[in-house]
Amino acid sequence: MDVLRQLRSVLVSIRLTVVLLAMSIVLVFWATLDQVHLGVWGVQHKFFHSLFVIVKVGDLQVPVYPGGYMIGGLLLVNLIFAHVYRFKMGWRKTGIWITHAGLILLLLGELVSGLVQREFQMRLDEGDTKNYSESSRQNELAITDTTNPDYDDVVAIPESILASGTTVQSPKLPFRVVPRGYYPNADVALRSSVPNAPPSPATAGMGPMIAITPMEVTYKEDERNTPAAYVEFVGPDSTLGTYVVSTRLGNPQKFDYAGRSWKVIMRPVRHYQPFSLTLEKFSHDVFPGTTIDKNFSSKVMINSTDGTPSREFLIYMNNPLRYQGLTYYQASYDGEHTTVLQVVRNPSWLVPYISCGAIALGLIIQFLIHLSGFARKRRAA
Amino acid sequence: MSRRMPLFVVLAALICAFSGLFPQPDSPPAYVTEFGRLPVLVDGRIKPLDSVARSTLLVIQGRQRVMTPDDKEISPDQWLLDVFFRPELADTYKVFVIDNTDLLSLVGKSQDDMKIHYDSSAKQLGAILDFLPTTNRRLSFKDIEPYFAQIEAQEKLAQPVEAQSRTHFQSAVVQLYSNLSHYVGLRRALIPDGSTDFLGELLRLQENLSDGVEAVRLKEAGKPHDEAKAAAIIDEGQRFVVMAEATELLAIPPDEDETDMNAWHNAGHELLETFGKGYVSPAVMAYAGMGYAWQKNQPDKFEHIVQLYESSLEKRFGKQVTKARIETGFNQLEPFYACMLIYLTAFLFAALSWLKWQEPARKSAWGLVALGWVLATAGIATRMWLEGRPPVTNLYSSALFIGWGSVGLCLILEWTYKDGIGSAAAGAIGFATLLIAHHLALAGDTLEMMRAVLDSNFWLATHVVVVTTGYASTFLAGMLAVIYVVRGMFTKTLDKATADTLARMVYGIVCFATLFSFVGTALGGIWADQSWGRFWGWDPKENGALIIVIWNALILHARWGGMVKQRGLICLAIFGNIVTSWSWFGTNMLGIGLHSYGFTEAAFWWLTAFIATQLALIALANVPLAKWRSFRT
Repeated sequence: MDVLRQLRSVLVSIRLTVVLLAMSIVLVFWATLDQVHLGVWGVQHKFFHSLFVIVKVGDLQVPVYPGGYMIGGLLLVNLIFAHVYRFKMGWRKTGIWITHAGLILLLLGELVSGLVQREFQMRLDEGDTKNYSESSRQNELAITDTTNPDYDDVVAIPESILASGTTVQSPKLPFRVVPRGYYPNADVALRSSVPNAPPSPATAGMGPMIAITPMEVTYKEDERNTPAAYVEFVGPDSTLGTYVVSTRLGNPQKFDYAGRSWKVIMRPVRHYQPFSLTLEKFSHDVFPGTTIDKNFSSKVMINSTDGTPSREFLIYMNNPLRYQGLTYYQASYDGEHTTVLQVVRNPSWLVPYISCGAIALGLIIQFLIHLSGFARKRRAA
Repeated sequence: MSRRMPLFVVLAALICAFSGLFPQPDSPPAYVTEFGRLPVLVDGRIKPLDSVARSTLLVIQGRQRVMTPDDKEISPDQWLLDVFFRPELADTYKVFVIDNTDLLSLVGKSQDDMKIHYDSSAKQLGAILDFLPTTNRRLSFKDIEPYFAQIEAQEKLAQPVEAQSRTHFQSAVVQLYSNLSHYVGLRRALIPDGSTDFLGELLRLQENLSDGVEAVRLKEAGKPHDEAKAAAIIDEGQRFVVMAEATELLAIPPDEDETDMNAWHNAGHELLETFGKGYVSPAVMAYAGMGYAWQKNQPDKFEHIVQLYESSLEKRFGKQVTKARIETGFNQLEPFYACMLIYLTAFLFAALSWLKWQEPARKSAWGLVALGWVLATAGIATRMWLEGRPPVTNLYSSALFIGWGSVGLCLILEWTYKDGIGSAAAGAIGFATLLIAHHLALAGDTLEMMRAVLDSNFWLATHVVVVTTGYASTFLAGMLAVIYVVRGMFTKTLDKATADTLARMVYGIVCFATLFSFVGTALGGIWADQSWGRFWGWDPKENGALIIVIWNALILHARWGGMVKQRGLICLAIFGNIVTSWSWFGTNMLGIGLHSYGFTEAAFWWLTAFIATQLALIALANVPLAKWRSFRT
């Protein structure tokens, strides 16, 4: 019982709060410096969406510092314990109560959004219609049965499975998929243009003509990795051959097997939605006599499949389209006629608004209570 | 006497501050100033030529005044006039700053060549004691001209390297090359290279235009034509192409019925359109006329043409012409420079009030701070009106605003406590922030256009203003804590009551800072959610703001939990200076993230030095009280 009581007294203590606040400052500072190497995404996984910050020492993965989930979780426990066991209700503490309630909501909200928030991109040329958006980081190997002209039957294998080298067998495929080599970031070129390219295990499709040159994995915000892989398709009796796949190869490779037509391509992971967007017009202005962007906007048509009439919407900076749980932001552009929209699904997007509102309100109340106390004292003096 | 001292001091400061408005023996003639007021379109906004001259000079030579080879000082407008119309003179002015020794050797100079040799022994002594500069930093266009090929070659080598990973030499050569091309662009902005009588040339062109264009048309069609006339037109056309490609200074307003800003052109571009339109643009002609009068040294004619041209503009661009006039006046008054000196004086008076002449000195300090603050308010308001934006739009204006906010809070503190502390803090922070702003202005025009992503007056007015107030108040708490340590350690003026008051002020300001930095950061999250779809992205600038919030919260919790007493609070508040300066500048130095808007190498050095001084102060604060001068028994 004594141990429990001691633990409780640690968990309710304001000393723990101060220690945790100090530790969180170190964490945020370290993460900010590390962004130069890891990029924003790498940093989020290493520092914030983790229990421990893990550093590689030789081949060992050593947890060296508590991560965001650990510090945030302990702060949450500390806060709740303090209110349950230590704090007393009273008018003079109203502001602090509201602030802390908001803070609890904020921490919980960040935990949830860290778990459920998904981001994609949608690239549209003028006149294009798409009913899916694409991941800007993850890729997949898509094997499509195109035999029936009315529909396609797709088997999508995530990049991580190719990376692990696991053989995939699917009831939809009359052959196994065996990864034979994987490069998280690689250049592909015609073999004829790379004189000293090492021999390739590829035997089928474009494979024999192509040389893969591995490259450093990039973490830069404005660059993306272009993975490549060797995959062998193995039927029940014999192999179909080894293919080269890469997001750098634009068109799918086609082959026939077991009386059916197949198409194979490595592409960004797709997120399909039950409606489509058509880009009607992309506009882009710069300030006169400069190359500084003044504004850019995309006029899109929303085509729903549930019978509601199509409607037009103008997406521009600070004016996103919110539709069916997804939000489309004007993120970037490519040339004069291609827009890049950021697509976000975050069911908990309202939480920060509410929690920050509560914290701000609590702080203002507490500040005013202090101020009026101070003024009264000065008047008395 | 002592009762009138505050009034006298403030009046003297007021007169000094506004002296710029009255003509002085060395101020340039009126017609030069009138020329400086003419509006042109550069960097996406309409501004007076005076601003073009000043920001160009700040970029290429780090200061606004120009010295001629015979040691006469000329105004930025005079310099610009010479660059436009008498380039053979302007080429001899030493306006290109070169600090890098490798770059110096590239242009055939050693550090010995740059040494200044003073004649008088007093000046020699001054140089030895560092009161006078010992070396020149600047060269003229003519000095550098023979080495163009080498500079260009080195620039081509350095260009592909990313700005952050360039060596000192690489950055210096890229900068010099860009300065030189900017200068050459200005030289070709209104008249072509080597033209001695451009006005006459244009008049002849106008006369022979239809015949000449016809001759070219026939020539292109392969029909018989007057070869001399065609050749003359083609020759002119080629000169105009060189002008059109040289500069981004769009000096020529659009035709009568056009209001689109995109229709402003540079003189070369406009001249090329002459062949299609059939007449030479009156604006180009007006500038050529000014050039003629300037070259021939005919001030009356020059002034007359400037006035005629300005009044023709006024009919169509009334508002822009007025703005250009006000902006020119603003440039000449240099209100923030005056403010800087006033704040410094205020600080000295406040410090004096703790040693001698308590009340008069304290009141003088308060009056000076109030005067400086009113002047700064007017300056910031003018900038807001010129730009049509909320106060903070870039790093430069954030420095102005942090100073303004802190000084405003100090005025309230001083009004409440009447002990000189508020004024001293105001003087120190006001001076420091304006000094920082002054150095940030070296990057170019400070009223720059906003990139699309930041283009939202609503969020600039809410998030940016509130979070900057948070920065300002955190700095103020730190400054008060510094006063506590310095007064206590080095003077006998920190008695128990003053120490308690200072600690209470620090605590109050930290509360205020917590509120503002939190609300500002949360508003930033909401803006990010509105424009990028995420409330929080762990971007460096966001992290910087978050760290300030957490640090302020930590101070409060440590105080409430009794983990720190008075001196602990003081130490934590001083450390707040480090946290805030890192968020303000350090995060920009990482060169990544959506928010980063600038990187300067010198700033990194200063930031490090600042952090070192703050750490030293924290160490001092931890010296046992018995050793403090104020508490020694």
